[in-house]
Amino acid sequence: MSPGFRLMPETAADTASRLDHLALGVMLLTGAVALGVLFLMIWFSIKYRASSNADRSHVPAKGRALEIAWTVIPLLLFLGIYAWGAIDYVSLYQSPRDATPIFVVAKQWMWKAQHQNGRREVGELHLPLGRPVRMVMTSEDVIHSFFVPDFRIKQDVVPGRYTSIAFTPSRPGEYRLFCAEYCGLDHAVMGGKIIVMRQAEYARWLSEGPRQPGMAARGFALYRQYGCSGCHDPGSSVHAPELRGLLGRRVHLQDGREVTADEAYVRDSILLPAKDVVAGYAPIMPSFAGQIGEEDILAITEYIRESTHDERTGQH
Amino acid sequence: MTSAQGSISVGEEGDGLARPASRGRSYLGEGYTIWSWLSTRDHKRIAVLYGISITLFFFLGGVAAALIRLQLLSPEGTLVTADTYNKLFTAHGVIMVWLFLIPSIPSVLGNFLMPMMIGARDLAFPRLNLTSWYLYMAGGAIIMYALLVGGVDTGWTFYTPFSSMFSNSHVVLCLVGVLVVGFSSILTGLNFIVTVHTLRAEGMGWFRLPLFVWANYATAVILVLATPVLAMTLILVGIERLFQVGIFDPALGGDPLLFQHLFWFYSHPAVYIMVLPAMGVASEIIPCFARRPVFGYRFMTYAILGIGVIGFLVWGHHMFVSGQSVYAGMVFSLLSFMVAIPSAIKVFNWTATLYKGRISFSAPMLYALGFVGLFTVGGLTGLFLAALALDVHLSDTYFVVAHFHYIMVGGSVMAYLGAIHFWWPKITGRMYSEKWGRVAAIVIFAGFNLTFFPQYLLGYAGMPRRYYSYPAEFQVLHVLSSAGAMTLAVGYLMPLGYLAWSLRFGKRAGANPWNATGLEWQTESPPPKENFDAPPTVVRGPYAYTPDLP
Repeated sequence: MSPGFRLMPETAADTASRLDHLALGVMLLTGAVALGVLFLMIWFSIKYRASSNADRSHVPAKGRALEIAWTVIPLLLFLGIYAWGAIDYVSLYQSPRDATPIFVVAKQWMWKAQHQNGRREVGELHLPLGRPVRMVMTSEDVIHSFFVPDFRIKQDVVPGRYTSIAFTPSRPGEYRLFCAEYCGLDHAVMGGKIIVMRQAEYARWLSEGPRQPGMAARGFALYRQYGCSGCHDPGSSVHAPELRGLLGRRVHLQDGREVTADEAYVRDSILLPAKDVVAGYAPIMPSFAGQIGEEDILAITEYIRESTHDERTGQH
Repeated sequence: MTSAQGSISVGEEGDGLARPASRGRSYLGEGYTIWSWLSTRDHKRIAVLYGISITLFFFLGGVAAALIRLQLLSPEGTLVTADTYNKLFTAHGVIMVWLFLIPSIPSVLGNFLMPMMIGARDLAFPRLNLTSWYLYMAGGAIIMYALLVGGVDTGWTFYTPFSSMFSNSHVVLCLVGVLVVGFSSILTGLNFIVTVHTLRAEGMGWFRLPLFVWANYATAVILVLATPVLAMTLILVGIERLFQVGIFDPALGGDPLLFQHLFWFYSHPAVYIMVLPAMGVASEIIPCFARRPVFGYRFMTYAILGIGVIGFLVWGHHMFVSGQSVYAGMVFSLLSFMVAIPSAIKVFNWTATLYKGRISFSAPMLYALGFVGLFTVGGLTGLFLAALALDVHLSDTYFVVAHFHYIMVGGSVMAYLGAIHFWWPKITGRMYSEKWGRVAAIVIFAGFNLTFFPQYLLGYAGMPRRYYSYPAEFQVLHVLSSAGAMTLAVGYLMPLGYLAWSLRFGKRAGANPWNATGLEWQTESPPPKENFDAPPTVVRGPYAYTPDLP
């Protein structure tokens, strides 16, 4: 982050070089079209200026072939760029299975992040070098947007839902995080620092800091505190769906739909339980909307994820 | 249809030559009192009322832009506070979009010229036309009041839930103003549609319409279909803000993306409301100064219609990073590439019109060629934003700011100025200084590029929009942009001077100073109240130019 003039952002993630190639491709194509049009305009303007004696006879009467040519050729070229852009776009949202989830909650005007082991940070975000990460993000108030130019990554952070985007940091260093969606008074200074560390350093950093319970452990406490366990524990007398191993599983719903249980599904089930009722269960779960904060929901989600591998119900 | 044979016959003499169309007074002499203007039903006088009003708003929006550019000279942003800056860019957007760009070419030049171009005496509903102007002024007054009593800090896009639940500024007042202006748009659109359908002169078939009429017709259809959606959306924001009914705010059970879908369903077609009439202007000016029929007239009309239709189906390209589904993004991206095709066809056809022409570079032609060049750059950089993965990086950065200013300022404002220079002799009966006209066109072209080209670079480097301060590494490009803005301001002030001068001291223009072929040139300058002595009969298509004759 040198204070000097810079024209190109750094290339600090796998996504950055992929996007730069696409940008170069689009620029060569559109540049060729622009120069071609400009050249013809200038050439015609000079050659056929009012005072010139250029030959003006034999203008083709019909231009249909020409019209079709300059409709179809750009169309094909545009379809090519479209496909290129679309393929790269889809890969931003298909995170590898081993991608590390990192949880981001935005609010006017700060970024809060939490790692799986419970380490939290505000205004900074530490990321491991060379390991795929998936940002799982939501907002507590208005729409913000997580923008790291050096990664060529941007994703709106929307209240009331989770959005996510995946990438792999490819260069150690410090990079700027911007808010890209206008969010009120201090939008311009709602920045942050992204710190990409080598994996060993990152592991050391994760384990440092004030001791606090891991997200899943905190989630387990909240799971008890909010009374989730009363119905969802395996031994409960209330007929409620089993939560162990839920994340990533296909769930059949009452209305015949089938969805994959992801973070957004868990969040909706807590806040809007009537939205996706599991087949075979009565819609008796009360809504927790207005009673539970975004960070608590994320912690409970992590507890559910952990319980997939760990039968000891979140004891660490 | 572009054969040079045949002639336009005006009145009973049918000689197709310019001649005094009326022994009476011009429309300007129909009354000199303020009241005679405020109560007029003559489309030409209403056009002049619009012309004066939008010029006023253009310079008010321009003052906001100048303050924005001054603030951005330094990275710390110390000229105005964050709150004032946010209100400035909101004021700039709201004024320029709704009080200048949308009414600009249709309400001023469309209003003045369309009836004459199709051989009619007036629009179909003259009283409704005046009503449109009053609604526009009322809406404009409400918006100005909202800005004066404290301003609005939401941006012109009013994104929820910020606008509905979080902003502490005069949002509802501003929404009401925009809503009222919207009704003015709807009524103007309706009036244009009925006029083109019912008031064409004898012999004026659809494929004899000048492309300016086609473009304004398509614009009118978009105005009528899209503006009600905006009205509805603004009312919903008002309801959520005033009564806390959950529509867009998830804390109340609403959905913030719903707002974006509704808003862009209007606001993307609104881009075509702003640029189609500009394309119409270029299609009139370029053939006249190249002395060639416009190349591919039919393809040009199909392109206008294609843009009008596909333009309704691309709104989701404003939302590629909003959290909308990946599949929706893929469809909207594909359609966005499709809508670029008709625009490309138009650029190629304008260029081909120059081929084997006899080209002279009068002021209107310089503006028109400037329009084509800048619109081409703006359109092609739109492809960067339509390409899904690239938009992830570029969305909400200065790249977007540069892109849409190339379309709307480089495109629409340039064409508006071209149109004012081309038809000024018709509207006022006077010629302005040709030399000053050319100088202004060149200053504006240079100033525009210096202002907005650096913003493409800023955007790719990662500078986000709507920042009152920024990291120091962006300063060099911001300073260049601000220098360009000052040049541009000088360029925009120049026509005010020499055009005003021409009103009193300009040479008399005569009916047809450019030897143009449109029907509007077959009557006096300025035209009489009735436009033509008797309804004209049309016997040939538009653009009957030949390069052999001057």
